[in-house]
Amino acid sequence: MREPLTPVTVSDGTGLVELRIPSKAEWVGVARLAVAGIASRLQFSIEDIEDLKLAVAEACTNCIQHAAGGDSVAITCRIFPDKIIVRVADTGFGVSAAELAPKRLGEPSVGGLGVFLIRSLMDDVEYELDPHAGTTLTMTKFLRT
Amino acid sequence: MDIKVNVRELDGQRPVSVVDLNGEIDVYTSPKVKETIMGLIDSGHYALVINLENVRYIDSTGLGVLIGGLKRVREHSGAVNLVCTNPQIKKIFDITGLVKIFGIYDTEAQACENL
Repeated sequence: MREPLTPVTVSDGTGLVELRIPSKAEWVGVARLAVAGIASRLQFSIEDIEDLKLAVAEACTNCIQHAAGGDSVAITCRIFPDKIIVRVADTGFGVSAAELAPKRLGEPSVGGLGVFLIRSLMDDVEYELDPHAGTTLTMTKFLRT
Repeated sequence: MDIKVNVRELDGQRPVSVVDLNGEIDVYTSPKVKETIMGLIDSGHYALVINLENVRYIDSTGLGVLIGGLKRVREHSGAVNLVCTNPQIKKIFDITGLVKIFGIYDTEAQACENL
């Protein structure tokens, strides 16, 4: 018997696009391309679309690598006339506050660049940490006129 | 969403291994890149040029692989130079401060000369 397809809902009326991907590395590319497609519809510049792609991919990667116990990652895009708000949430035990702390870049380090990139590329970034319900990252990119 | 990896050996005054990457480097594809780079280092190749000319996208896991390779070759007094002209990828090296750590050049010839 076939598994039911992951539901994808699109509602232009409310400016909401939702996508849920399996918590596996091979699906991160799907999430970043989906968000790039949405940003392209909203007339974001190519540079801003690339920023969004990378930020969303980093957020999904964090969920997959650090959220033990989660089996999926939910990506929700709220569309406004002047901005897009992307929420990335996992259902695992979440990443630690230390991993999310702003980092200083000095000596080269193998880990920790993802959160730094998200904070650098997006206009506003907020984390909600819940040890029982997982981590939710909400990030905003404004449309530059 | 895939990465193609090719290794070439250049014989000169100082032998150089050139790693050509073609595609996207992310959490899914970076293990393949890591395996190639670490395999080269483990077999005694400490002068590396990593050609990112045909890389359309790189994320922090890809950067982590490059940093890991650089740390390993430095233990043997080696070096890693990069070839990159893509402005979006150069921007990522710029905002992460990695432009100060890697030699980044427009051409493979420049990257090899400055190893």
